[in-house]
This record gives sequence, C-alpha cells and structure tokens, in this order.
Amino acid sequence: MSKNKQEWQETTLGPALKQHSERKGRFATTSGIEIQPVYTPEDLPGFDHVLQLGYPGEYPYTRGVQPNMYRGRVWTVRQYAGFGGAEDTNQRFKKLLAEGQTGLSIAFHLPTQIGYDSDHPLARGEVGKAGVAIDSLRDLEILFQDIPLDKVTTSMTINATAPILLAMYIALGKKEGVEQSKLAGTVQNDTLKDYIARGTYIFPPRPSLRLTADIIAYCASNVPRWNSISISGYHIREAGSTAVQEVAFTLANGIAYVEAALNAGLEVDSFAPRLSFFFNSHINFLEEIAKFRAARRLWAKIMKQRFGARDPRSMMLRFHTQTAGVSLMAQQPMNNIMRATVESLAAVLGGTQSLHTDSYDEAYATPSEEAATLAVRTQQLIAFESGVADVVDPLGGSYYIECLTDRIEGEAQKYIEQIDSLGGAVSGIEQGFQQAEIQDASYRYQKMIEQKEQVIVGVNEFVSDYAKITNMLKFNPEVEGRQKERLAEVRQQRDSGLVQRRLQRLEQVARSSENTIPALIDCAEAYATVGEMSDTLREVFGTQKEFLTI
Amino acid sequence: MSSAQQQKRIRVLVAKPGLDGHDRGAKVIARALRDAGMEVIYTGIRQTPEAIVSVAVQEDVDVVALSILSGAHLELFPIIMEGLKEAGMSDTLVIAGGIIPEDDVPMVKQMGVAEVFGPGTFTADIIDCIRKRLGS
Repeated sequence: MSKNKQEWQETTLGPALKQHSERKGRFATTSGIEIQPVYTPEDLPGFDHVLQLGYPGEYPYTRGVQPNMYRGRVWTVRQYAGFGGAEDTNQRFKKLLAEGQTGLSIAFHLPTQIGYDSDHPLARGEVGKAGVAIDSLRDLEILFQDIPLDKVTTSMTINATAPILLAMYIALGKKEGVEQSKLAGTVQNDTLKDYIARGTYIFPPRPSLRLTADIIAYCASNVPRWNSISISGYHIREAGSTAVQEVAFTLANGIAYVEAALNAGLEVDSFAPRLSFFFNSHINFLEEIAKFRAARRLWAKIMKQRFGARDPRSMMLRFHTQTAGVSLMAQQPMNNIMRATVESLAAVLGGTQSLHTDSYDEAYATPSEEAATLAVRTQQLIAFESGVADVVDPLGGSYYIECLTDRIEGEAQKYIEQIDSLGGAVSGIEQGFQQAEIQDASYRYQKMIEQKEQVIVGVNEFVSDYAKITNMLKFNPEVEGRQKERLAEVRQQRDSGLVQRRLQRLEQVARSSENTIPALIDCAEAYATVGEMSDTLREVFGTQKEFLTI
Repeated sequence: MSSAQQQKRIRVLVAKPGLDGHDRGAKVIARALRDAGMEVIYTGIRQTPEAIVSVAVQEDVDVVALSILSGAHLELFPIIMEGLKEAGMSDTLVIAGGIIPEDDVPMVKQMGVAEVFGPGTFTADIIDCIRKRLGS
C-alpha cells in the first residue's frame, strides 16, 4: 500500500502506464487547466474547510447561498420563452405555468431589444422571430392577460432598452392595481457584456452605465423585490470564452456596475443585495461545478474586501443558469437532450437559484411546445427523482473539485487584476481586450473539435445518419402584419399631445443627472412606443458602433 | 509573395445580416478562412442587406458568406441576392450559416445560396466547399 501520492505514482501508476498508454498525452479542462490522474489531500495543502468553504449560507458562500439549499425549496424552473405576437407568448406562458414552471422569462424580439418599433425598416423579417414583439404597453397588457403580476416573478432578457421595459412593466402593474413594491422579477440590464458578446447595445458604454445605475437606484428605493441587474456570463461563454474567462469577465463587469452605483451616490449595502448573476452551464461537467463555486467565493471576497459591504446579502452571488446553447448540435439532435441533462445537473450541483434547460431542437429553431416541455421535465426529474437535491453541495470536499475551484478562482482573479490595470471593464472593452481573449479561446476550441482533441458525439465521432426533427415550431407569417396594425392602432388611439410632452420631459431628464425611470414610466403610461423612447435617448446619448476586433 | 500569387487569393466577405449579435461562428469562420490563405473582410454585426451588397461590390469579392441566427433569413437573403444580381455580381458564390431550419434550406438554395452550413460544421468543410466551387 502506498504511503503517499509520489510512491503510488512510482509503484502502481507508473508500471500500469508502461503497459497501456492513456487516451491522451495531456488531459485538461476547457480552460486549459491540466488534470492529474487522481487528487488526494496532498493536492490541498493547508486546506481549511471553514475558511475556504464556510458553511452553507455563510461567508464566503462556496457551498451555497442558502443554509439548506434545495431541501427547503428546489431551484426555480425558469424557461426563457417568447415568439410571435404577445398573444402567442401569453399562451406559451400559461402552458408553462400549468406544467409546473414557477417563474416567467421573456424573450423579446430583436427590434424591441435594440429600440426599434416593428414598423422600422431595420425590423423587417425580425418581427416576432427571436422573441416576442413588444412595441408599447398595449402589447405587454396582452402578454400578461390572465397572469396575476403579484403571483409570478418575471425575468426579462433586456439590456439597452431595460429602463424602458421595466418602466412599462411598472406601468402595467399600476394599471392592474399591483403596486410596484409588490412586483418581483429581474431585468438583465447588463449592457457591458453586450459590447463583449451578445451585441444588442444602443448607446456608448458610459451613458449605458448611467442607465444601468438609474435602474439599480430606482429599484433599491421603489421596487424592493426586483433584481435590478443580472450580470451575465452566459453570452460571454456562448461567444466562445473559457470557464475561467466567463467568471473573470462577468465579475469584472460586476465591479464596474458596483462602482457606477457608488458614483451615483448609493451606499453599497443599499443596492448590492439586489444584484444577481447569470451563468452558462457547459458540457465539461466537473469544471462547471467548480466554476459556480469559485464565482460565488470570489464575488463574496470582492464585495467584502474591495467594497466594504457589511450586509451578508451583498456578498451572496445568486445566479440563474442556462445550459449551453452553443453545445447543441444539428447532427443527431436527440443527443442534445442528454447534453442538456448533464449541463442542468452541473448547474444544480453548483448551487444555482434558477435554471433554464435548452430544448433539443434549438440548433434549428425556436423550441416547439413538445421540446420545451421535455426540458422542464428534465429539471423535474433531477429535482425530484435523482436525489441530488436532498443534500447541500454534495461534491464539496472532493479533492479534485476543491483543487479546481481554487484554480479557477485564482486564474479569474489574475484576469480581474489585468482588467483593473487596463482601467477597468469599460476601458478593457474599449481596447478590445476581453473580445480578443474570447476570440482566441473560441478559435482554439473549434480547432480542438476539428482535430478530434475534443470529441463531440455525432459530429466528429460516432457519426451516423439521423432522423430529422419533424414537429418543429412553425413561424406564423401573419405576425408581422398583425403587429404593425396594432402599432398603428395604438398610435391613432393615444393622446399624441401627451406623448410628445412626456417624451420632451424624458429628453430633459436624460440631459440632466436625474433618474430617468419615473419619466419613462410616464411615457409608457401614455403609450409611447419602445422606438420613440429609444430615439429620444439616442438623441441625448448618441449610438455606439461595434468595437470590432478580429 | 509575388503580385500574381496575390491576385489568386480568394476574397471572401463574411457578413452578418439581421439584428442578432451572435458572432462566434462568423468570427471563427473569418479566422479559419484567413488561416487557409484567403483574404477576408468581416462586416461586423447588424448589417443591412444593402450595406452587405455595397461592401461586396466595393471589395470585389469572390465569395459572400452570410451568418444569421435571428430567423430573418427568408426575408433578408432575397434582398442580398437581388442586390448582387443588380450589381452584376450574380456569379459571386454565396454561402450561409447559422440557425436555419432544415425546411427552409430548399428555399434558401432556390434563392441562389449555394450551401447552408448549420451548427457543428467543420471550418475545413467550408474551406473545401469554397475551393471546389471556385475551381481552385
């Protein structure tokens, strides 16, 4: 029996390797972290579980933000949905709620995200495609028909136009007699990552940060149950980053948002408890679990040490997770069900607060109802059949997971220091730093796939003929016309003098340092459109061209 | 490299029509084509069909590679194909990739798009396709 790892390597492993070589010359995670054959206490010198992990619900929250995690309530099943007109998505929402989904998540079509009305020339072909078409409060009223706003939590994937959509949602609440203090949900409101990945920005970064801070400040004093931002690594990862880069660039953006709110005169503990995060769950199972744990610990330290937060809730990294869209393949599409299962399980073992599981048909189109239901069932099976939700952080203390958690935290910390030295996240973006790092990683990964260093089942190995997906969601070609008609009707029926006055008032507010949200609520209530409000802000802030790095 | 060799280099416009900002694929392909010795011009995201045609004309490219994930391909591709035709560039090889439902592929090919590459495509296959079609 070997007394230590070195002895084992010499006496047991070494001779075995002489007989049979390993599958690869070098094993590494997707972040390039080398993996040894086995991990032992010797790989964790000086490991102190109280200091490094803490107990669940206690600093530094490595093991999770709640004391008993899913034993009390399992994570929120939150499937992102939206297509066609408001009435189509309203039906899908009601169906998902009936299936046992517990929170809503709105996918907006791209024109709404970029501040164009459905009749704008740039909206051609896009109306109701990548999400639901929302032009005015009228559409939101239809979207939430028969859905009580005080009973659901609503997450909105909206960034550049987040102040507008939040204002519309508050206006909808007012109309339906639900006070803003009772509204619960999230706006993504993370424009910095849109310059790095996703691309749905409108204004230059600095005015965008001001709008982000407006939302954070407004929610802190008026909408206490609202997550004023969801700082997102998801899209950074989808753009091809490594796990380490995902943590680093996301938390670096988080630092920029905290600084923006502090500069707006807020006290850290008045808003930090409402900051939330959004991560990707990719296919490298164990690295992903370690990633979530590392992100939680690193953010707790940043909030405590860098920003002097005292409220424990300010230090808790609460996050939503979505499985990796980029890992879905067009070849042998049913394999995507298994990929999404592995990724969902990693998110759960990593302690997510809510989860979206991708549907198997998403390499082709917006999910069909059948595929979306199967994704919900995947989560329910993990939650209620598999037993993994019955204990907190079951992989905590695994020599490998703890080593990997330390390593990811350390590497991410180095990146953050590098970004600090460039002048922070915004300066880094302006210099193309994060974008270039991601592009390199993305290209490297693609080469690994093409050289079969990374196996993708059904794509570069185990290739075979496969059945086509038959019952895909069909796009209704009438949506665009119907949406334009409704928009024209809204423009005709509203008090246009009132709209003009309120838009003028919005312009004045935007030019001052006053918070823009109350003026936007006034505009929304007068049925000003997303395009009109965005144009008013464009006048004041200008628009941003792509920071092109290639 | 002599000027004769330079002239033989295949010129490719990698373009992103539509409003989606998903540019991982476009950038990976731009880089792979460049590494394969082609000259690559990348438009960046959110380009109108008219802007894409105009760059294709100005840069006198041999290939236009369209990447779109927003779902607007059936509306936007015809405008690009028509624009190229009007500009006397109907010989230009046009290929496409992104999220394009299989049912739409025949329609897209009908418009004159030579090949559609979905998620999971190898860059090597795209390079082969371009070389074969251009006979080089």
